[in-house]
Amino acid sequence: MARAVLFESSLKADQIDEKINAVLIDATDVETKELNGRLRDLMLSGEKKVNIINVCGQRFIGTRLYTPERLKMEIDIFGTPGNDLAAFLNGHKITVHGNAQDGVGNTMDSGEIFVEGRAGDVLGFSMRGGEIYVRDNCGYRTALHMKEYEDKRPVLVVGGSAQDFLGEYMAGGIAILLDLQGQTHKANFIGTGMHGGVIYLRGSVMPSQVGEQVDISPINDDDRSVLDRYVSRFVERFPEIGNRLEEILNSQFVKLTPKSKRPYSNLYAY
Amino acid sequence: MEFKIIMPRIRRELYNKEICACSIFGAMNQDGERFTGASVMTAIANMHVRGNGLGGGFAAYGIYPDYKDYYAFHLMFTGQGIAAKLSAKKELDAFLFQNFEVVYDEEIPHGDELNLSDPPLVWRYFVLPKKQGDDSLISDGDYIVGKIMWVNSRIENAYVFSSGKNMGCFKGVGYPEEIGEYFMLDKLYSAYAWTVHGRFPTNTQAWWGGAHPFSLLDTTIVHNGEISSYGTNRWYLEMYGYACTLQTDTEVIAYAADLLMRRQNLPIEIVAKILAPPIWNAIDRMNDSEKKLLTTLRMVYAPLLMNGPFAVIIGQTGRMIGLTDRIRLRPITAATRGEMFYLSSEEASIRLISPQLDRVWTPNGGEPVVGELNSMRTVLQ
Repeated sequence: MARAVLFESSLKADQIDEKINAVLIDATDVETKELNGRLRDLMLSGEKKVNIINVCGQRFIGTRLYTPERLKMEIDIFGTPGNDLAAFLNGHKITVHGNAQDGVGNTMDSGEIFVEGRAGDVLGFSMRGGEIYVRDNCGYRTALHMKEYEDKRPVLVVGGSAQDFLGEYMAGGIAILLDLQGQTHKANFIGTGMHGGVIYLRGSVMPSQVGEQVDISPINDDDRSVLDRYVSRFVERFPEIGNRLEEILNSQFVKLTPKSKRPYSNLYAY
Repeated sequence: MEFKIIMPRIRRELYNKEICACSIFGAMNQDGERFTGASVMTAIANMHVRGNGLGGGFAAYGIYPDYKDYYAFHLMFTGQGIAAKLSAKKELDAFLFQNFEVVYDEEIPHGDELNLSDPPLVWRYFVLPKKQGDDSLISDGDYIVGKIMWVNSRIENAYVFSSGKNMGCFKGVGYPEEIGEYFMLDKLYSAYAWTVHGRFPTNTQAWWGGAHPFSLLDTTIVHNGEISSYGTNRWYLEMYGYACTLQTDTEVIAYAADLLMRRQNLPIEIVAKILAPPIWNAIDRMNDSEKKLLTTLRMVYAPLLMNGPFAVIIGQTGRMIGLTDRIRLRPITAATRGEMFYLSSEEASIRLISPQLDRVWTPNGGEPVVGELNSMRTVLQ
């Protein structure tokens, strides 16, 4: 990507002091490092809301925004952000008005991501906190090694379905797949190596699609309240799918949980 | 408050990690309308960070309508200095004129050599086979493949890197957008399908012959990944007369495609199951006839299984195929817009040249996604 002068302007000049209006960044021909540097500068100068337009493949958007004071910012992305969107995200809120690529929320710590479209492979990889909502489908290895720690419990809600290796080596957190297109879950190797966390699938799944380390069980009332909470947020955030909350919550769900916290403890014990 | 990162050692001792991986891109107009290389150069440049400037290349279909009945040989003559290059060319010319009717030949036009590292002399010849004696019994394809293997393994510093009809490869050491500019692909050529590659070499040294695409006749391959079964594949292909001389793992995919698709006439659906077969426990769950087919393929073609991560775009006259390894360890995104069909490592590159898309999806591992011309007659006429 060729370097170009960064265009930046305030939407309403008279309200600059309040710092509540979105700053506009035109990302045309702006490189990854420069774009993230600009976001950091804006955050440190007190901006609370940034719109980035013409995003086309710039990586790591939203990373490098940690401060000890935990400053927070809302970032709206128009276009197609590149790989590892919101990697290490620290409390910020990111909305993608379009599709996202691979590695969304890689090792994110806290914050929220909304994708008004589809996401690519390794969505929520090593995520350890925060919430991700994807309206449509996602690719391979979703929630790969997602984990939880003390009060941190990451949540991932996907409106469509996932491809193979969903929840591979999953160690914690909640992954919910709503399969709103009504296709059955076709993924294989679901939960391979899973040793923590929980996956909720709307509809059903064949035992052969699921890793040997995983139990498939019906949901109970506690599970229903978890689903109620996060599916409500999902439906509220993506009104374009229609008011389907009741229908979704009344559907059949299955719960996938690990049989053991240490599935490989005997692997090398002869 | 800003944190300062303290450098524990002096800068020159630090290993600077580059974000990297190869990039692949393909665009096809399924109505057969031809377009210049400008848009694919723009698209691949958007994935600049996936490569490191040590290889870039293009395959273009439909670029030589005036010579469409002749095989277009693209040759590179390497070696230190112009004398070595010309001496390789002299030797090649003697061989070529003896075995082929050459109707036209010229140096491939290019831009300023100073912008690239050590460019070879690149020449094209439009030829027909001149089969003599026993050779008249074999097909043109077999004849040409035999002669290419002879050139690539016997003539020092001469490599045939493109040999199909009405198509051609252009490649070299540099970023793909630089190679595109060097060969002026945005100005001189129009194709109905382009595939492109930006390279980040992992196992072998970068050189002009080692850039992608790899090709034989009209089949071309651009590849992101690493073929860890290269040794086995190479040994098997050598039994069928393919000499792996270009020092890059991707070469075996091109020759495997030639063996399976041209010589053995297998459809791409079967070829995909040979190169990227389902794993055994998936085969166990299939019905009896599928199980028998897949088991047979795995037995007969075990040495052509491509192990390791890969995403490839296979180009052929009239079609473009995307395929990944069976567990998709390398990314590929497919998209359509009207008559246009796209394949790319990243969706953003497609959006850059076609912001509106009808459909975007990521094909399952081991399942080929195929774009074909709506009418083959458009190309063949």
